[in-house]
Amino acid sequence: MSENKDIGPPLWLLAELTYDCPLHCAYCSNPTDLGNKEQELSTQAWLDVLSQARALGSVQLGFSGGEPLLRKDLEQLVEHGRNLGFYTNLITSGIGLTEKRIKQLKVAGLDHIQISFQAADPQLNDAIAGRGNAFKQKQKMAEIVKAEGYPMVLNFVISKQNIDQIPQILALSCELNADYVELATAQYYGWAFDNRDHLLPSKEQLEWAESVVNEFRNHQSDSDPHFIFVTPDYYEDRPKKCMNGWGSTFLTITPDGSALPCHSAKVLPLTFPNVTQKSLQHIWQQDFSFNHFRGDSWMPQPCKGCDEKQHDHGGCRCQAYMLTGDMYRADPVCAKSSDHPLISQAIEQAKNPTRPILQRGRVADIALLKI
Amino acid sequence: MALTKAIPQMNPLFRLQFEQAQNCHVLLYPEGMVKLNDSAAEILKKVDGHNSVDQILTLLQQQFPQVGDIRDDIDEFLTVAQEKKWIRYV
Repeated sequence: MSENKDIGPPLWLLAELTYDCPLHCAYCSNPTDLGNKEQELSTQAWLDVLSQARALGSVQLGFSGGEPLLRKDLEQLVEHGRNLGFYTNLITSGIGLTEKRIKQLKVAGLDHIQISFQAADPQLNDAIAGRGNAFKQKQKMAEIVKAEGYPMVLNFVISKQNIDQIPQILALSCELNADYVELATAQYYGWAFDNRDHLLPSKEQLEWAESVVNEFRNHQSDSDPHFIFVTPDYYEDRPKKCMNGWGSTFLTITPDGSALPCHSAKVLPLTFPNVTQKSLQHIWQQDFSFNHFRGDSWMPQPCKGCDEKQHDHGGCRCQAYMLTGDMYRADPVCAKSSDHPLISQAIEQAKNPTRPILQRGRVADIALLKI
Repeated sequence: MALTKAIPQMNPLFRLQFEQAQNCHVLLYPEGMVKLNDSAAEILKKVDGHNSVDQILTLLQQQFPQVGDIRDDIDEFLTVAQEKKWIRYV
């Protein structure tokens, strides 16, 4: 366990304002238990969270969800965040965005807008998103975001569903004048974990996609977007340094005020604190859950004796828990883990999905379907 | 020097500010942050889209008379800053 003095500031604050979302993407990493809208934090509580986090040294502020635009107080939160000195990022589906709102957010001090796309054409995009006309709306909003002078990042979650469109995705990103483009292979948390067989591309597909991106990079002009290709860790033999280390950099606040070291941590059998009950300083520096996986004293073998433990901290706790049922075990992605065969089994299984794909929704939506 | 009359400006992707928690100036950009050393920060503070490289040099020499000839340091840093797209030329 680290001493408090070793704990740096939570540089990244992710404010998940609501789990409500107009889209139904099967790759969503939100928890499958989306809770109730009634439990969402009030405006005042969010303003207070931002002030406390800034005082702790947070500097990047992401407004996310669900769809953060569904909160009517978004402009107010952006303005407060910007006045506190945060770099403010809006992470949106683009649905619910209007020219008027883009301008209002600019006045409020919003620094950057990230828009998600599901594919490079309306047909596939809207099929993955589970919503008609989503592509057209995103395209239109991306144009206005650039016209208003924002830095713009486009995010494409890459899966089996859209990986064949990589060349068209590159072209679309150039056409829309994005500054950065994240080609992020789906990570298997939340809804995406349940839908893994429908999402995880084959090794061949990934190698092809990466080669297309590399080839493009070799010939792109200076004004073209900067492409970031994120491969899924299932094809690695060492785990990722998840969240840059547990409780080291990232702090997520969920819609109901739970404070988490990463946005998936709620799946773990740990009790996480709530900002309505404890100060952020106490949570970040002293809470049992945040201290739990700091340092390396929690590690069993093979991590304990591993000379790479400082490098990856044993990988992702959520992935270890979801795949093995034990949150202390090495991330099965690691080839040194005795659980590593679980990964090859998952890859094998994804070749022939047997269960139907689940579309993301609120719990209430699913209950309704069952009736 | 070829660049002396050239006027650098900040790339609007990046925002320069002092961070108390880091005790240094930083460049903020979408979802990221670069920490700057003191001399880099002092140079970038003079990059406003109006000052030429020559003027930046003069201003810094007036501000820090003890540092001697810093033309090469400034040129070198501005070259790096342009490569990293923090600045561009008007």
